[in-house]
Amino acid sequence: MSAVTTLVPRRQRAWYRRSRRSLMFVLAIVLVATLWEGYKLVGPQDGGQLFGWKVLPRAKDRVMPHISDILSRFSDPINRGSDETVFSVVLKGVWFSLRLVLAGFGMGLVAGVLLAVVMCRLRIAERAILPYLVISQTVPLIALAPLVVSWGGKLQLFGWEWPRWLSASVLGAFLTFFPIAVGTLRGLQSPSASSLELMDSYAAPWRRTLFTLRFPSAVPFMVPALKLGAAGSVIGVVVSEISTGLRGGIGRLVIEFGRATTSDPAIVYTAVLGAAFLGLVMAGMVSLAEIVVMRNRPKEVEA
Amino acid sequence: MSTVDAVEISGLKKIFNAGKPSQVDALVDIDLTIAPGEFVSLIGPSGCGKSTLLRLIANLTDPSAGEVRVNGKPAKQARLDQDYGMAFQQAGLFDWRTVSKNIELPLELKGWDRAKRRARAQEMLELVKLPEFAQHMPWQLSGGMQQRIAIARALAAHPPLLLMDEPFGALDEMTREHMQAELLRICAETHTTVVFVTHSIPEAVYLSTKVVVMSPRPGRITEIIDVPLGGGRNDDTREDAVFYSKITEVREALRGIEAGLAVARGIEDR
Repeated sequence: MSAVTTLVPRRQRAWYRRSRRSLMFVLAIVLVATLWEGYKLVGPQDGGQLFGWKVLPRAKDRVMPHISDILSRFSDPINRGSDETVFSVVLKGVWFSLRLVLAGFGMGLVAGVLLAVVMCRLRIAERAILPYLVISQTVPLIALAPLVVSWGGKLQLFGWEWPRWLSASVLGAFLTFFPIAVGTLRGLQSPSASSLELMDSYAAPWRRTLFTLRFPSAVPFMVPALKLGAAGSVIGVVVSEISTGLRGGIGRLVIEFGRATTSDPAIVYTAVLGAAFLGLVMAGMVSLAEIVVMRNRPKEVEA
Repeated sequence: MSTVDAVEISGLKKIFNAGKPSQVDALVDIDLTIAPGEFVSLIGPSGCGKSTLLRLIANLTDPSAGEVRVNGKPAKQARLDQDYGMAFQQAGLFDWRTVSKNIELPLELKGWDRAKRRARAQEMLELVKLPEFAQHMPWQLSGGMQQRIAIARALAAHPPLLLMDEPFGALDEMTREHMQAELLRICAETHTTVVFVTHSIPEAVYLSTKVVVMSPRPGRITEIIDVPLGGGRNDDTREDAVFYSKITEVREALRGIEAGLAVARGIEDR
């Protein structure tokens, strides 16, 4: 029967898609590296003007070190006479930030999903809350960061002191919850009228319909929302680390290494690559989760 | 067979937006009694309230006046007791559940244990002649197969009543005729009473013991036509003289409605 045979090509197509995607990923890195080195080859050493605008960056090694220099800097010691390599310092920073990002992502996920459930349950809540969610995202993170960070060490709840790192996580959560709330809400509202009537015909209570019908229907909508949310939590944490100088994370390393640029141009890029790696780790985790939850599903919905 | 009527409707009225300029008299003065084992089709032009009537029997919406009793109980109690199964135009299977798990859905809500659910699902798959597809995902099946799974789901808890809202509307003609024959066989095997909403006159006549013809504005029952084709209907039934004469009878009843509407429109235009 045709119904049986469709199974195999589908799986094959999925593998084909996946391997093509990883190939594109490698190609993109090669392309960026080529552009970088290519510009260094032809670009003006001291920057240049284009139509009277000073837009062309300086191509000299002080500003744009060779990629090989950046990569080899990873294995050098962090300071002269130090045992620790740049690689291990960056990795520690990434690990520190990753934990904050995960905490922020988790908080944002819980907040976003809860908001979506409340808005789905009560139409009036959707009308009351949604505009404020949109407005909340127009507040610049940089403006918010010092305020939230100032809670660190000052705020005490029932004898529990607000740790400084939590502020960075909260700012990550601030950028995470919004796409998740909006995506999840759309997903929870996606079941057709007849599917909802079917659950009604079984006299299923609202909570039962939520878990048996609405949440499973929401999964294809939540996957892209989680991708946006993961990126948001990385940006939120790294930016608040940078803007408040929280010690230990990759954001702090970007500032510290940045100060050393004049004498050590390659080192700042190691921190930047570390931050990019952090983003990749989060994206990778969401993609893994996607493979797990979307198996046995027809296909992803365009969000 | 019990002597209690499967469906008993008296003085039923459904009015949308009552008291507002947009008031719609969806259904007025509906009286209808359906005996156990009957197959009743609701047919009529769009806006005649046939789907609304089905939803009132299912207690998915409340009447403005009058009463609906299913299996001798108020419609709400019948819904709480899962005394009926329902199938829609879209099969509406859950993509994330296997075929077997889809059929088990009403049983899960009744709190059956896993082994019992499995066994019943397999039994239902045998009934709809798709026993080898238990572990397939619904989207791997054709439209006709999906609709058969939806019927299996609707009948999984062995409800005495099956409510169907244009279940074969989205299928091609060949599949559709095949499904009609299958539905008759399944209902005969399970002694299920059926209320069936359709747009198709031959479908209504072929399937039904009674065809309920409805007219719009306000929605009401204009004629109830008995179809004495007996049990054991098959493809030959479609060539039967009685089949044709009943098709003509239903068609004329519907034409009468259309003519009446045209006259009404003419008066309004003037």
